This record gives sequence, C-alpha cells and structure tokens, in this order.
Amino acid sequence: MRDQRLWTWHVLAGVVILVFLGLHMAIMHLDVLVGIFSPADPHPIAWANVVARARMGFFTVSYIVLLGAALFHGLYGFRNIVFELGIGRGLKSALNVVLALGGVGLFVYGAWAAWTAGALARTL
Amino acid sequence: MLDNKGHPNRLGVWGWLGGGKWGLERYLYTLHRLTGLGLLLYFLLHILVTSARAFGEQAWAASMARVTGGVFVIGEFLVFCAFAFHAVNGVRLVLVELGWAIGRPIEPVYPYRTSVHEQRPLALGIMVVAGLLVLAGGLDFFLLH
Repeated sequence: MRDQRLWTWHVLAGVVILVFLGLHMAIMHLDVLVGIFSPADPHPIAWANVVARARMGFFTVSYIVLLGAALFHGLYGFRNIVFELGIGRGLKSALNVVLALGGVGLFVYGAWAAWTAGALARTL
Repeated sequence: MLDNKGHPNRLGVWGWLGGGKWGLERYLYTLHRLTGLGLLLYFLLHILVTSARAFGEQAWAASMARVTGGVFVIGEFLVFCAFAFHAVNGVRLVLVELGWAIGRPIEPVYPYRTSVHEQRPLALGIMVVAGLLVLAGGLDFFLLH
C-alpha cells in the first residue's frame, strides 16, 4: 500500500516535472527558437536575465516546486532500481535513510538559494 | 510490490541489455532507466552549480565559467536529448499505466495478439516526437548560436 502511494506520487511528480522542466528547457536551451523570459540579453544565463527571472515570483515558486518534484521523482526512481537488484533488508533501510536525508538536504539548500536569489534580485 | 516473491532478479542490470520477446518497448524501458540515471546525476550537480546565483553576480559568473566550453556544450546537448526522450516516453508510460492505448481485452484466439501489438504505434509515435525535439535542440545548440 505504501509503495503504491509512493508510486502514485512518483507519477504525479513526473507530470509536474514535464510542465516546469519543459518550460525551463525551452527558456534555457531553445532560446533562439522560442526566445522567452530572457528580456535583458540574448543569452539566457546572462546575469541580467537571471535577475529578471528571479524578480518574478512565478519563477521562485516554480523552481522550488520543480526542485521538490524532481528530487522525489529521481531519488525514488533510483531507489526502485537499486531495490530491484535484490539487496538485503539492512541495505534497503540504510539506502532509504541516505536518500531521504540527502533529498531533504538538497531541497532545503536549493529552495534557500531560489528564495535568496529572488530577494537579492528585488534589491538590485 | 518491490519485494519479489519467488522470482528473483537473477540477471540484475545485465537483464536491461536484452529485449527478448518484448522487443522495442523493452529497449525503451532500458533507455528510460539510463536517461533517468543520467538526468539525476546532472540534476544533483545542477542544484549545486546554479545555487551560486544566491551569492551575487561575481559568484554566478565564476560558477558559470567553470561549466562553459566545448565539452560542456556537448554534455548539455546530451542532457537535452535525455530529457526529450525521458519526458515523452514518460508520457507513454503514464498513458499505458492508465490503460490507454493498450486495446480492449480480447479472447485468446490464434493467431494470438497481445497488448504489445496495440502499444507499438504509441511507442513509434513517441520516438518521432522525441526525435523532433532532439532536432530542434540540435538546431538551437549548434546551428543558430
């Protein structure tokens, strides 16, 4: 039952990633063809564009949502692959703890960075 | 669900290499896993690299300078290709999991047909979509810049 619930979250996270990572990829890597959300400079990673996007609340929220969804989707997928290899119960428990702590740690750090970058951009 | 009951995964990762009677969909499964693992590795590093924007312009410029150059452009394009495939194949997997595009249950009358036959057009369709996305990415990465 627990795995069924986690699998459902895995699929839902995938849908969230499809939307927000699709947008991110279009902004960052289809910049000539699509050319959106890079108002200050043709290059999407130019500091002026980073600041312009960070000023928009939508991007702060979408980065944090994408971060959470992608970490869960990726780490849960990795966990499934490793579990399928038939590792012992002790290793499974250890992997669960490592992935959960690592995922939460990276989420807190990444969310802090997105939030702080937004706050910094609004002062410039 | 994850605990196997009397059917141990004897082949392990080597089992990913052979499509067997499942054919194309089995190779898509392998590619989905490989691209997923690649994207996860990239994403974990990406979090650390792009967090530099929280420390100001100089930190951002220094961080971006470390990941700029020919090798990184190729690497980023491979990440884009992995994303394109993983995303559209993920949509296929969701559709199949929800029972769409696998056909209705039928009587097992010879010559037998399985749901794999019904899924094949969807699998080919997603390959075309992934290919178009990769083409668009290649155009943007290498020709228009």
